[in-house]
This record gives sequence, structure tokens and C-alpha cells, in this order.
Amino acid sequence: MKVAQILKTLDYGPAPEAAKPALDWIAEHEGKFGIFINGKWRDPSSKEWFDSINPSNNKKLARIAQGSKKDVDDAVKAARAAFKGWSATPGHIRARYLYAIARQVQKHSRLFAVLETMDNGKPIRETRDIDIPLVARHFYHHAGWAQLADTEMRDYQPLGVVGQIIPWNFPLLMLSWKIAPALAMGNTVVLKPAELTSLTALLFAEICNSVGLPAGVVNIVTGDGKTGAAIVEHPGIDKIAFTGSTEVGRIIRRATAGTGKKLSLELGGKSPFIVFDDADLDSAVEGVVDAIWFNQGQVCCAGSRLLVQEGVAEKVYKKLRARMEKMRVGDPLDKGIDIGAIVDTNQLKQIQDKVARGVEEGATLMQPSWANALPAGGCYFPPTVLTNVGPASSVVQQEIFGPVLAAMTFRTPEEAVKLANNTRYGLAATIWSEDINLALDIATQIKAGTVWINSTNLLDAAAGFGGYRESGFGREGGKEGLYEYTKHSLPSPGSGGRAGDGGALSNSAKHKTLASTATSSQKALKTPANKGVPKTVAPTKVGAQVAFGSAVNIDRTAKMFIGGKQARPDGGLSINIYGPNKNLIGEVGAGNRKDIRNAVEAARAAANGWAKATAHNRAQVVYFMAENLAARAAEFASRLIQQTGCTQVSADAEVEASIAALFTAAAWADKYDGRIHGTPHRNVTLAMNEPMGVIGMLMPDDHPLLALATLAGTALAMGNAMVVVPSPKHPLSATDLYQVLETSDVPHGTFNIVTGERDELAKTLSEHDDVDSVWYAGTAEGQTAVQKASAGNMKRTWVLGLTGATGALPGVDEILREATQVKNVWVPYGA
Amino acid sequence: MAKVTQIKPGASLFPAADNGRNPGTRFDLVPVRDVRINRSAIERRAATMSTRRTVKKDWQAAWLLHAVKTIDLTTLSGDDTVGTVKRLCAKARQPVQQQLLADLGLPDFKLHTGAVCVYHRFVSTAVEALAGSGIPVAAVSTGFPAGLTPFPLKIEEIKASVRDGAAEIDIVISREHVLTGNWRALYDEVKAFREACGPAHMKAIIATGELGTLKNIGRASMVCMQAGSDFIKTSTGKEPTNATIAGSLVMVRAIRQYYEQTGHKVGFKPAGGIRSAKQALDWLILMKEELGDEWLQPHLFRIGASALVNDVERQLEHYAYGRYASMQYQSLG
Repeated sequence: MKVAQILKTLDYGPAPEAAKPALDWIAEHEGKFGIFINGKWRDPSSKEWFDSINPSNNKKLARIAQGSKKDVDDAVKAARAAFKGWSATPGHIRARYLYAIARQVQKHSRLFAVLETMDNGKPIRETRDIDIPLVARHFYHHAGWAQLADTEMRDYQPLGVVGQIIPWNFPLLMLSWKIAPALAMGNTVVLKPAELTSLTALLFAEICNSVGLPAGVVNIVTGDGKTGAAIVEHPGIDKIAFTGSTEVGRIIRRATAGTGKKLSLELGGKSPFIVFDDADLDSAVEGVVDAIWFNQGQVCCAGSRLLVQEGVAEKVYKKLRARMEKMRVGDPLDKGIDIGAIVDTNQLKQIQDKVARGVEEGATLMQPSWANALPAGGCYFPPTVLTNVGPASSVVQQEIFGPVLAAMTFRTPEEAVKLANNTRYGLAATIWSEDINLALDIATQIKAGTVWINSTNLLDAAAGFGGYRESGFGREGGKEGLYEYTKHSLPSPGSGGRAGDGGALSNSAKHKTLASTATSSQKALKTPANKGVPKTVAPTKVGAQVAFGSAVNIDRTAKMFIGGKQARPDGGLSINIYGPNKNLIGEVGAGNRKDIRNAVEAARAAANGWAKATAHNRAQVVYFMAENLAARAAEFASRLIQQTGCTQVSADAEVEASIAALFTAAAWADKYDGRIHGTPHRNVTLAMNEPMGVIGMLMPDDHPLLALATLAGTALAMGNAMVVVPSPKHPLSATDLYQVLETSDVPHGTFNIVTGERDELAKTLSEHDDVDSVWYAGTAEGQTAVQKASAGNMKRTWVLGLTGATGALPGVDEILREATQVKNVWVPYGA
Repeated sequence: MAKVTQIKPGASLFPAADNGRNPGTRFDLVPVRDVRINRSAIERRAATMSTRRTVKKDWQAAWLLHAVKTIDLTTLSGDDTVGTVKRLCAKARQPVQQQLLADLGLPDFKLHTGAVCVYHRFVSTAVEALAGSGIPVAAVSTGFPAGLTPFPLKIEEIKASVRDGAAEIDIVISREHVLTGNWRALYDEVKAFREACGPAHMKAIIATGELGTLKNIGRASMVCMQAGSDFIKTSTGKEPTNATIAGSLVMVRAIRQYYEQTGHKVGFKPAGGIRSAKQALDWLILMKEELGDEWLQPHLFRIGASALVNDVERQLEHYAYGRYASMQYQSLG
């Protein structure tokens, strides 16, 4: 008899979750789905459908509509039409809808879980215990933000129509990460699920109707990459939110460059998983299970690079070997399965190929004894560890997106950080140590948006999630995530109103005094119609020119300022600078790509130390700048008059405003605090504002001094190192400023000034792989070029349309956000 | 103070196993101090252990039958009498009605519990009642449950129970030694108990609910194994907190660590508060996942329980007959 037999082996046996609810639901739709536009289902205009496959048995589940350009267009129209009403809907009413959605997700949680598992191949344990509960949690949490929007986000307004493209690894969860904040902040949505996993999004659409969500607020257009491209390229969309590969993220970055579309990208990763010798090693090994053997390793933030301290490496490998032996791979609907099916045959092939290449390169393959006895007929891959690999190995550099861990050793904490940061990515990191001093020290040094201490892959709606470096930008979750779906409520006069495309932005009440003075000064200083960019010229007799204004009567050699030293331009060329009456008022160096290279090198060398300086120390330096600027106020005012022809009153006002701006920047240095998020664990989730790193700044023409003080001053105060390219029209305020820098204890390399042709230098900065962000004030073409070029290392961009435009500078809250990135550090505790 | 046998200098740190029993090692602080426990991570593993694994239908029936084989059927009440102990022993001999076993396809299955566990007073009663069954009698000892009686009395209590025929002795440790970090004292105490046990197998109750931290649980486990415990056991059932999966996880990992280090296999016994069939399965899953199949067997795994058998029987009835059961159909223990 069976029971007698089992008594001898004590095997687990099968424990299948019933597929019936999901199959019934699919059958109700006769196995074929339409697209969801304006609250109604319809066939795709292409009249084309494709198959959705269950990867656990490679059998067809359903027919999914291939959405066309026309369908996307209709969806955008519906969303646009709905936006007016939805954005005007009180926060409390939006909260009720989101709350109802959360409730509905919970009420139908089993159907969602089974459907997701069948469509995606992930174990039912995960969809049941992780994916779907987190979806409900995301809607609950953002129902709260909708409720609080009128007070907590009162200076912000929705963007409009948001295009959202989500991946196949967490289909419904990623949908919730996209839709919940968008709706909470009053946007309407056109969402495209991944073509491999559309079904739960379609079930979700039914829930939107069942809770009575107004038609057009959520539109779901299924389809492949072409459908996604139609969303990205659609001119009626105000923002694109994308989660997926860095490769596609790069395409989207280029495609949206210069369009003014706001963009958030959550991309790939190769996250380090660091185990120190004082860790609870058994728990760390269990952490590996949750890191890389969760969701078949198809997790953007998966800890896929094990860094283990050399002295305990063999011990840890031995434990890993024993642990993987216990893993169970198989039918994802089985409740006792750890690793289900890889999402499809293509992905499986890629994993197989990458592992094979790793082995060819010399890696040692560690797999369970049963690795060759996987279930037949589906997309299965065993848990795998590769040892004998190094930073140069392909399996260490490339994201494998499978249950494959690459393991290396380190000797010291410093080396652990070096190895951890030796990657193009920066999504997440995990640190195991029982020493809180060590763990927090490492956490602050790792370049990643999320750091888990003694835990891994913890996700929650209350904590921001997003990348550094090529892992993308923008945050999802937490208050920091709301800014991705909002813009400042006081758009600049004449701007298109899209956040990020600049305009004037005289929005800051905090700058009231300076804004009023600056605006008056600005009116006074209408620049001449001379639109051309100054050309580099052969030396001319500057000394013979009549000095403009009384203060500047000695010829001065305006050099560049790199690494704390005055530097001559590499090319040995100068540019003539003319005053408002086309009188020659000076020369500046014609900086070229090598000057930028040198300046970025200097900035990079300085960035780490400056970021570690205490906030008080940074504040003191910036206050000191203000003090020294004040001491030379008359000189700087004269320079403004000389350059722009403004009145003495305006010039004095701008200098005063600049001093005030530096005070504001210094004031914020020790007050731009992070948060502690209320995530549902016994832990503190620290949302820390870290400096962006190295910022390339191309300054606007208006208010040459005030712009420097406001933009560069704030970035400096937040701990960044900068390469500042002054306005080519009015660069002399910047070149005068380095004498202030030299006398103000500004650390060498943190504030570099390279003069020259704006767009030429912008190109080098935007392409530079060691620049973390570029702030560009300039022409529309220049903005496009900067954003296109930024796709190289996926650096952040902030474009301001300030070339000769009227208006004031961005509000300080916006500058602070652009100068920093949020790192969430999860610190569980328990005696 | 009982004399503690000192291992002579130069003697092996790990004496050869005695009939598969853990002979203990000399006192070694290194593995005790090396214990690293991250409570949040332990709790996370404990919480997901039984969401990752489950047994259904035939497998569940087989696992539950197996669970019965590992139960130390226990009565430790102030109002125990010869009569109640005899009744318990009868239940131990026939924990599940033979008809039910037959209906499960096991008509000839001789199912009995792992042991019967009583106070010293009833050892002889139980030995007599269980004669010929092959079921060992376990006695709680050494001033159970608080363990605060005079040390010579503790030794004498062990010896008296062994004389009365107890094959297993469940001793309690002095929690004071753990709470004050006096590991040497703990080692000496447990080692003396083990010597007093002689041929009887010794289970060391570390009273997890009174040790304050998971780290203390791990360290106490390590010392008790060094001192020669055959089993380490969670609780007396009288502490405010009984057996937990998290505490048990720390203990079984200590067992694994000790085994890897010495080659000696030490058993594990959760006790206190384990009343439902589902709980029994949770602990079996813990053993299978963290220690492996051998640690599912009664020589290395016991569950201390009294009411558990009846819930298991109910579940088996449901499995066999497809309808929910009533306690009135099950024999009292």
C-alpha cells in the first residue's frame, strides 16, 4: 500500500494547488482576450492575437491581443479625456478607489496567484505569499497617499497621461508599482504588460471596472515590443515609466530624449551579496536562497554576486552545497516547490548559454546531485553556484536572470566594497554581519538604491526602490516615489508645464526675497539680440579695449579651475567675451574634451571624500563661500554690469541674492534629512539622501552669478563634486568665483570650472561614463543631445530651458532632489 | 559535587562513539563563542519553513503515522496516579485504533509511541505497564522543572530512576549558568548527569523560554552536546514560552554544527505546547530540511506531547473515512 511505502521514505509527495479557478476564468473568456480601453473591452485593430504559454508545460494558456499603434493612440485619447476629471477628483475619492482595488485584489487573491503562477512559472508559494499580498499592500499604501495628497503633496500636481511598460518577472506586482502611485497622484494610465505575462493585468482590468473606476483612468493594451515602442513614442504621453532590461531602457532614454517626457527606469542589476566572517552563516546561506533562488533568480535586484570573506569561504560553499541539495525544482503549482519554471524557452536558453560560457571561461559549476533529473516538458533550470570566477568573468559582469550565483572571495571590508562596486549596475546589495558598525559602514559605501542588512529581497510599498548607475533612475514606493508622478504646481511662465523641461520655475516661496529681486534684475537685463555662440578666436588686444564699468580696470586672465588649481585650456585657445555693446570685455579659455576629462577626473577623486564630510562641515564651507563673496560684492556686481549691462541696482540685487542662495544651500546641508520608512518588519528602513556623485552642470545664461550660487552651491552643499560649464555668454562671474572658492576651503576637485562652448562640452560630459548626472540649461536641440548621449551610462539628466529665457531658477526643493539620490537601507533588529 | 572525568592531555578531543551515542567532547569554548544568531533571519526562516513544504493525502497520512512513532507520550501533572499512568501506557501501546490502521492499509502495523515520559514516582508503574512492548520509559529528573534542588539529590534522582528501569532521563539544566555565562559550570553539571545516567540515554532540557535570547539557546545547546547529551530538548512544558520553531531552528543548527565538527549525532526533542497534527508536521519538516532524513527517526527525534496523539488520530480518521471525526470515538490517554 501507498502509505506503507511512504512511511519508509518519508518523501514529500505532490501537493498541487488547483488550476481550476484560473482555467475557468480563461474559459469564461473563451481563451481569447481583447484590450481594455476606456473601460471597455475590444478587439485589437490589428485583429491579431498571440499565444500566452504556460512555461511549466509549454502548453498554450490563452490568446492575447496584439495592440497596435492605433490601439495605443485610442488608449492615450481615452486616458487624456479621463485625466481632466480624475486629476480634479478629490484625494479622498481617489483613495476610496485605490482602497477598493486593494480589497478586490485580496478577495480574489487565490485566482490572481494561480493565474500568475500558470502564466509566469513562478511557484505558487511566492505568488500566494509574496506577489499578491505585496500588490494589495501597494494599493493600500497608495490609497493613503491619495488621501494625503492634498496636504502632503500640495505643491505638486499630476503629470497627465502616463505610459507604463512592465516586465514579466513580477507581472501583477510591477503593475501595482506603476498604477498605484500614478492614480494616487491623479494621473491616468496606459499600461502594457509584458507579452509573456499579460493575464493578471487583464484580470486587474476587470477589477477596475468592478470597483467602478472611471472609464479611461486605467487602460491596458497588450502586445509585444512594437506596442511598447508606440507608447514610448506617443506624443500625447507625459511620462514613461519602464521596468525591464538596461538594453531596452537605453532605447527608451534615447527615444524620449528632448521630448520633455518625464522618465523613470528600473533596469537590470548584478547585486552583491556580501558575507562577512562574523555573520550568522546558516542564516546567510538561507539569505542566498531568498536572493538568487527566489523567482528562479529572475529578479532585477537578485543578489547574484556572492562576496564571501576568504576565511569562511569554504565553509559557506559547503553549506551552500548542502542547502541546494534540499531545494525542490518542479511544477510551480505544487505548494512544496522552491524553484518553478523559467519564464520561457528563450530565457532558459540564455541562462544555459551564459552558464556554459562561464564554465568555458574556467568557472567551477556547483549544482545539486539531481540537477540532471529535472521535470520534462517545461522550462526548468537547477540552482547553480559558480566558483573560481573573478570580476573579469562574464558570469560576474552580466546579468544572468536565472538561479545562478557567481561566488568570489574578499579579504577586508575595503576590498568587499571595491568588489561590490565593481559593476555597471547599482540596484541593490546585501550585507551579512553581526557587527552593526561594520554593516552600516559598508552600507553607506555601496553604490546601490537598496541595501539589505542581514536580510534580502525585502520589498514594501512604504520604501523607495530604484537604482544607481545603469540600474536606472527614479524611485518606486515611499514618498520619494510620488515625485515620479508629479510636477511642481507652479510651472514657469511659457513653459510647457512638464517638470524637468525647465522653463523659468520662479516657484519657490523659499526664495521669495531673491525671486523678487532676481526677477526685477532680470527684467532690467535684457540681453542683446546676439544669439550666436562666441567663436574661438585668435588672441586680440584685450588690454586696448575700453574697460566697461569702473571696477574692472586691470586686465585679468580668466583661467579654468580644475582640481583646485587654475588651469590653462588644453587646446591653448581663448574665446573673446563681449559686453552688451559688443565691446570686448575679456577672454576665457576655450575648453575642450580633454579639459572636461581632467575636470571629471578631479571631481571623481574628490567626490568620495567630500560626500563623507559631515553635513556641518559642508555647510561651513558653503557659508564661507557666501562670506567671501560678500567681501567682494562690489567687484561681482561690477562684473555683472560689465557682462550684461544691467543696472547697478539689479547687479547688487543679484549679488545679494547669490549670497542668500549660498546661505540657503548651506542651511540645507544639515537639514535635508532622509526618512525612516514604516515598513512592516521589525526593522528600521533608512531612506538616506546621498549625493549624486559627479555632476556636470551647464549653466544658464540668465543670472550668471545667481545660477552658479543656486545650482552649484546647492549641489556642493549636498556633497557632490561638479564640473561647471559657465554660460558661454557670461562666463566671467564664474571665472571670478574661483578666487572665492580658493579662499573658502572648498576642497580641491569638488568645484571645477571649464569654460568654453556649451554644447560641445555638454556632449563630452553627457557621454562621459564617470559622470553621474548632467544638468543642462540650453537649447531644445542641446537638451535632446544631452539626453540621448546620457544613455551611454544611463546617467541622470536634468534639463532646464534657461538660455536667454525669462524666469527664475528652479525651487530649492527640486534642486535638492536632483542633487541627491535616495538609498534605502533595511536594518532588521532583534536581540 | 560529582567527580567529573577529565580527559587526559593528549587524548583525542573527540572520543570514539559509544554505540552511536554522543560521548561528548572536552569543554571547548570556541564553538560556544562562535555561535552567531541573527534573530530576524532565524524568525524569517522559521516562518517560511512550513510555507515552503507541505504533505498532502497519502503522504500526510504516512507522515502523521510516523509522527506518532516519535512521540514521548507524557504526563507530568501533580495529580498523576498509578491509574492515570497505566491508562497512558495503554494509549502508548495502541495510540491509533487497529481498525483505523487496517483501513489505512496497514493491518499488521505495530504502531506505538516513541516512549512514555513520567516523573520518577511512576517509572516503575510505567515499566510494568509497558513490559514486552519495547516502549522505553523516560523520566524527567534533576529537580524538574526548575532544576533547583541540591546537586547530590539530582544525581541520586537520576540513579534512582535508572534503577527503576527508566531507559531515558530528561534532565533540566541550571538556567543560572546560561544566564550568567558560566559555561564551564554548565558543562560540568551536564557531564555529571550524563555519568549518572549510565546506560540510560540523556535528554538535556535547556528551557528555551527562560534563556532570554536565541544566542543563549545556541550556546547552551553546544555546551550540553559537549557534555555528552544524547538529545537536546527545548522545554519542560512549564515555562511561559514552550517549544517554538525559531528556537528549535537554532537548536537543530547547533546539532548540525556539532555533528560536522565531531561526527557525533545528537537527537532533538521539541516539547511543550505541541497539540496539533499540523504542528507535528511542522517539526518533522524542520528536521528533514535542516538535518536530513535520519533525524526523522525516533533514535534522533522525539516530540514531547500528551494531547497530540488524539489530534493525529482525528486527522487520520478524516483521511481514511472522508468525514470529520469526534473525540468520543478515540481512546483517552
